[in-house]
Amino acid sequence: MSTVKKNISEVDGATIRFAGDSGDGMQLTGSQFSDNTAIFGNDLATLPDFPAEIRAPKGSLAGVSSFQLQFSNKDIHTPGDDLDVLVAMNPAGLKVHLGDLKDNGMLIINTANFTPKNIKLAGYEDSPLDGDSLNGYQVIKVDMTKLVATALEKIDLSSKLKARSTNMFALGLLYWLYGRSLDSSVNFIQKKFAKAPDIVDANIKALNAGYYYGETLEVIKTTYRVNKAEFEKGKYRNIMGNNALAFGLLTAAQRSGLDLYYGGYPITPASDILHYLAQYKNFGVKTFQAEDEIAGVVSAIGAAFAGDLAITATSGPGVALKSEALGLAVITELPLVLVNVQRGGPSTGLPTKTEQSDLNQAIFGRNGEAPMVVLAPATPADCFMMAYEACRIALKFMIPVILLSDGYIANGSEPWKIPDVNTLPEMETRILKKKDGYAPYNHSNPDLARPWALPGTPGMEHRVGGLEKWEETGHVSYDPENHQKMVELRQEKVDIIARDLAPAKPFGKESGDLLVIGWGGTHGAIRSAVETAQNEGMAVSHLHLRHLNPLPLNLGEILVKFQKVMIAELNLGQLANIIRAKFLVDAVGLNKVQGKPFTQSEVFNKIKELVKGI
Amino acid sequence: MSAENTQTLTRQDFVSDQDVRWCPGCGDYAILSQVQKLFPTLGIPKENFLIVSGIGCSSRFPYYMDTYGFHSIHGRAPALASGAKLANPNLSVWVVTGDGDSMSIGGNHFIHVMRRNIDMNILMFNNRIYGLTKGQYSPTSELGKVTKSTPMGSLDYPFNPPQLALGASGTFIARTIDREQKHMGLVLKEANNHKGTSFVEIYQNCNIFNDGAFSELTDKGTKAETQLVLEHGKPMIFGADNDKGLILDGSNFKIVKLGKDISADDILIHDREDKNLAMLLSEITYIPELPVPIGILYQESKPTYDKMMTDQIQEAKKSVGSGDLEKLFFGTNSWIVE
Repeated sequence: MSTVKKNISEVDGATIRFAGDSGDGMQLTGSQFSDNTAIFGNDLATLPDFPAEIRAPKGSLAGVSSFQLQFSNKDIHTPGDDLDVLVAMNPAGLKVHLGDLKDNGMLIINTANFTPKNIKLAGYEDSPLDGDSLNGYQVIKVDMTKLVATALEKIDLSSKLKARSTNMFALGLLYWLYGRSLDSSVNFIQKKFAKAPDIVDANIKALNAGYYYGETLEVIKTTYRVNKAEFEKGKYRNIMGNNALAFGLLTAAQRSGLDLYYGGYPITPASDILHYLAQYKNFGVKTFQAEDEIAGVVSAIGAAFAGDLAITATSGPGVALKSEALGLAVITELPLVLVNVQRGGPSTGLPTKTEQSDLNQAIFGRNGEAPMVVLAPATPADCFMMAYEACRIALKFMIPVILLSDGYIANGSEPWKIPDVNTLPEMETRILKKKDGYAPYNHSNPDLARPWALPGTPGMEHRVGGLEKWEETGHVSYDPENHQKMVELRQEKVDIIARDLAPAKPFGKESGDLLVIGWGGTHGAIRSAVETAQNEGMAVSHLHLRHLNPLPLNLGEILVKFQKVMIAELNLGQLANIIRAKFLVDAVGLNKVQGKPFTQSEVFNKIKELVKGI
Repeated sequence: MSAENTQTLTRQDFVSDQDVRWCPGCGDYAILSQVQKLFPTLGIPKENFLIVSGIGCSSRFPYYMDTYGFHSIHGRAPALASGAKLANPNLSVWVVTGDGDSMSIGGNHFIHVMRRNIDMNILMFNNRIYGLTKGQYSPTSELGKVTKSTPMGSLDYPFNPPQLALGASGTFIARTIDREQKHMGLVLKEANNHKGTSFVEIYQNCNIFNDGAFSELTDKGTKAETQLVLEHGKPMIFGADNDKGLILDGSNFKIVKLGKDISADDILIHDREDKNLAMLLSEITYIPELPVPIGILYQESKPTYDKMMTDQIQEAKKSVGSGDLEKLFFGTNSWIVE
């Protein structure tokens, strides 16, 4: 084989997707490319997508797993809409994803898996490799499995094990296409398989084989370079939302001088938070994998009473199970953070797909008047700051807080500027050391926080519980006037937190034709669409809410400065209902419930439609 | 709190300023009184006691004790107590629960706390009825129980709580009776001394909805014949004249009369570390002709979850050093922009 000379083309960015069977290692391939891209210095955003089944029937459409990322020399906010490159490891992957490939986009196919059986499983009558169905794309057909087998000839492993390195071949080929160093993945492989030198050898050889195969390919005339993006000075790493969230919790514990207690039950897509925290025992983190969702949150309430920074994380169905206990946290006024990594619902719904349909549940989903603080991170990296913020509010105000993440930002990743933890907002607790004037339900401070008298402290013995409490003493009370007072107090405790928040500020002008409001993981798509609209001269601004209850104090003033308000969310209009009810504005919804994030063009098209109508 | 403070504690130190609101004549009063008597004698600083309860008549208990207390939600007390104990292992944690709270709505938490062996004491007041909801049958009510919700008799077979605890790998399983004050005091003290989850089933009379459920066991005229008071290392002898004993006939108990041919040496000796024996003892509760065992049915020493968790944290700190956020954040796959 000889090396073929290529042109090198500089481009601003690219969107690529790896697609294959659940067992093909697509998530690993994608995350490796992401880490490599981040270290190289591009801005990036990722979108992993995988089935709920661990190993769906091999070769089936249901079993397709994919990983998409956009990388750029500019500041980007989404994993991209249409694909520049699609890597299809099998017919099912091709079938599911071909529709997203741009005209004349590059299609890299592992032909080894295009067996008659797999072709049929994917629902093709004839092999899509024959005929003209792929005309209009730059098709690169490679028998990767065979090339890997040849490259690994001298390694003493079964052919089945060798074939498992095929994803590294695909990764190597993409590294070559974008002129990347293999170092980050070589390091990764060496570390991950340190105990199995043959596997290390096989994967590195496959990675190299893919890389050098590119040089011999005559069909690829051009390779691409995406230059570094401009970042502020500082230390960075690529980070997934759940990882950033775990870091935020850990940092809050360290800064407040409390032990972190996590009580939870495994549930997709929140389990990774437990996995991360379980690794930080050397930080004094206590993780308790409970017998069920209820025990997870209730044990956390017990830990909160006893003085730990108490956390539980789950997804929608788990929150449903925890609701009664959340009411207990409300009435006992204990600091607790519940993380809901939302997924498609109702019921078991779409376990691995994203949605934002638990906002109503977070704000209203308990018996009685049981208001809770609700926050939502906007991006994977923002999960750090919002987890920290959730803990800050819980501790300062002695109140339970819900943090609404979602599957998209939980599993997506982006570069994160590592903060200097000493510059983060101070952590304040209500731990009481001196007995003077102590009363367990004393709220006589501007924050309406009751004291945190920890068991083990002499002289502050007291009882709390789910029955209504007398103000001050905390004794059980069925008194009508007292109940009214306490219900109003618990509402006020939430409301006054708005005073503690920075005023909301739209991205773009402070008045105009259209204000697009979003919350949570839709930030990237909305921001990109609004930027495009602004560049086209439209008077559009973007307001992204990270505090959903209470809402920012100045929200009403902002709303009236725009002719129209549009609220984009991955549900049937839950935030829109709240904003309409509270501010009496005729907000228009952009709603989608397909288990997928918005594309920027979906948001842009709606913006265009609304602005045109003005 | 220093040792001198614990020495001066009295029963009165554990009486809260709240009026006790159980029905007059309720067996709960006797249990409250024993616990208030016991606590000052344990050498534990007052502020280190935490009493956690669920929902039901018994679960009002924390309000009447001047300690830290948490009246939680139905069935969840073991889970709440677990979190509190893990947060502060120095606490002496007591769960007060009932047969509905722990065997029905909280059944899952009950078996899992037993299995984990978290260091706490669980006092289950078993009155074989739902009291606070006014008289429905409970998971420990006998089959055929006629109540408001079962006018033709209940159709479900009852749980055998000690056996359930054994099946869940409980490490301290005991039974006592509200009317047996002295016995209760001794059992509770042993429960406190046990490292791990101690489960004490307390037969408790609900004089409103299930009066006399245990009268055969508590009436002066019959109790000597119906109670088998277990003592570790002692023969299982009972009867008004201490003239009856248990022996094993195959794998079943048989009552024998002490006399010429049979002496105390022939009678089965109670060994509370023998799990098989504990299984048999728990079973005879429901065999009408045999006496009901009270005392410590089973005890086993094994590491507690809380201790193992603390050890793992220490071990992690020792092997990789105390956590350093900067090091953790700026690991592999990170870079610097100059």
